[in-house]
Amino acid sequence: MSFLNALPGAVAQGLIWGLMAIGVYISYKILDIADLTVDGSICTGGCVCAVLIAAGVPPWLSVIAAFIAGALTGVLTGLFHTALGIPSILAGILTQLILYSVNLSILGGKSLIAIDPRANQLLLHMGDNIRSIIVAGLLIAAVIIGLWLFFYTEVGLTLKSTGDNPDMSRAQGINVKFNKVLGLAISNGIVAFAGALLAQYKGSANINDGRGAIVIGLAAIFIGLSVSMKIKPNFVVSLIGVIGGGIVYYVIYNFVILLGLKTDFLKMLSAIIVAVFLAVPYLKGEYFDKKKALPEAALSEGGDTDA
Amino acid sequence: MLKITNLQKTFNPGTVNAKTALCGLNLTLADGDFVTVIGGNGAGKSTMLNAVAGVWKPDFGTIEIDGVDVTNMPEHKRAQFLGRVFQDPMKGTAPDMEIAENLSIAARRGTKRKLIWGIKKHERAGYRDLLAQLGLGLEDRLSTKVGLLSGGQRQAVTLLMATLRKPKLLLLDEHTAALDPKTAAKVLEITDKLVTENHLTTLMITHNMHDAITHGNRLIMMHEGRVVVDVSGEEKKNLTIEQLLNLFEANSGTMFASDKALLSK
Repeated sequence: MSFLNALPGAVAQGLIWGLMAIGVYISYKILDIADLTVDGSICTGGCVCAVLIAAGVPPWLSVIAAFIAGALTGVLTGLFHTALGIPSILAGILTQLILYSVNLSILGGKSLIAIDPRANQLLLHMGDNIRSIIVAGLLIAAVIIGLWLFFYTEVGLTLKSTGDNPDMSRAQGINVKFNKVLGLAISNGIVAFAGALLAQYKGSANINDGRGAIVIGLAAIFIGLSVSMKIKPNFVVSLIGVIGGGIVYYVIYNFVILLGLKTDFLKMLSAIIVAVFLAVPYLKGEYFDKKKALPEAALSEGGDTDA
Repeated sequence: MLKITNLQKTFNPGTVNAKTALCGLNLTLADGDFVTVIGGNGAGKSTMLNAVAGVWKPDFGTIEIDGVDVTNMPEHKRAQFLGRVFQDPMKGTAPDMEIAENLSIAARRGTKRKLIWGIKKHERAGYRDLLAQLGLGLEDRLSTKVGLLSGGQRQAVTLLMATLRKPKLLLLDEHTAALDPKTAAKVLEITDKLVTENHLTTLMITHNMHDAITHGNRLIMMHEGRVVVDVSGEEKKNLTIEQLLNLFEANSGTMFASDKALLSK
């Protein structure tokens, strides 16, 4: 299989993971929370969708159900964090662990449920990549337009300010706790929605789906924003950038497989990509700051009493 | 407008770091009072303001704003009564959002926010006029991210946000302390203008004794979590820094010890 043959599949998967990354964008970039729930909620989305389709529910309805299930997982993390005072990163980890059990019971104790693409009218499937790309593209456009409109409403603006400056938000009468729960619900709803699409695309839901999803989401965000911030740093361009980041990630992913990297190492590759994107700005700052700050620090030594 | 009764607060109670910040504080503000607050470090000035704002709950005592007991009301709920400006210019605005977006959020303080357009067209024109009155050239920068503004500009925008929807009480927590003298004077000038125009009941903490005397109609000095000096009207108008220090010594039994305040007179 040549690289070009693999390209449509890479683009289709990239689009779906890009959609998931938009969910991560809402928690990570807008709410300023590194939400590890997504590793579980993406799987929940797939499981709910697969089980419902297997029970004869129309695929489009199953996808909506997956969104709602994902939103509930976000609410759980949000309540752990805001109502019980658990640090957000731990709250996400707890929900993720809870979801492993939940997902297993959704799948009825099995580790995998297959969806037969011939027996069901799936929204998208890897057997028809062009159709998958079109369907995923249209759904993504709808999500982006929806989010764009939402974040310019009165409620949407307060959600942005909640992540940007919680002190200011409280002073302006905004219920920061409620907003965090709401934001995490929307975020994980979108993630589970993407998980449902992924299950249909692959024709199965697996209990191990979604491990490391947060890292792939962050990789897509970093790759995407590194380009879109240079073009025009606004909301819609950023989201389109994130989708682009997802596609680039999957194209690279497929390319690396073709180069002969063992698939066992792919998760490591994702982690390294994210580590590099996180480290570069820090190392840059560290390097320049040291050069500039050293003489000043030497001068003010012992003279700084107000610290 | 504001009534604080026997307010007490101890931080880290029962530990070696226990610190009694407020001990039986009583203070009543009449409608339209502009009160300046001074006191040394740890006198309880900011603690008092934070108690009124609802940052944490007091151990004992009550706080009433315009007859409503707000003692147990969460911070975001009592925000409907309050306009707040913080010492740190970074704290009062959302840096990654536009000036107009910040103002529109403030314009809806105390209202139920809905799923309708967050900034209406006609609002922008109104914001432009208000920003023009600041005289900082911000009227043409409605779409600028607040994070790109200077500290003084941000404090001016925060002041506007605090007063956009007329608060029952304006809380200013050393809001000029982090600014250079010229900018601080400008922000104080804007403060005076907004307070007078809107007839706002105001509590302003300052470490500058001169400012404390020249602004407002009433001055209080705090010491060890209590009000020890309270002058208003003609007496306050004719006050000098020396008289103020004497008053403080007579009422608190100690010398006024705040280098920051004495040096900045």
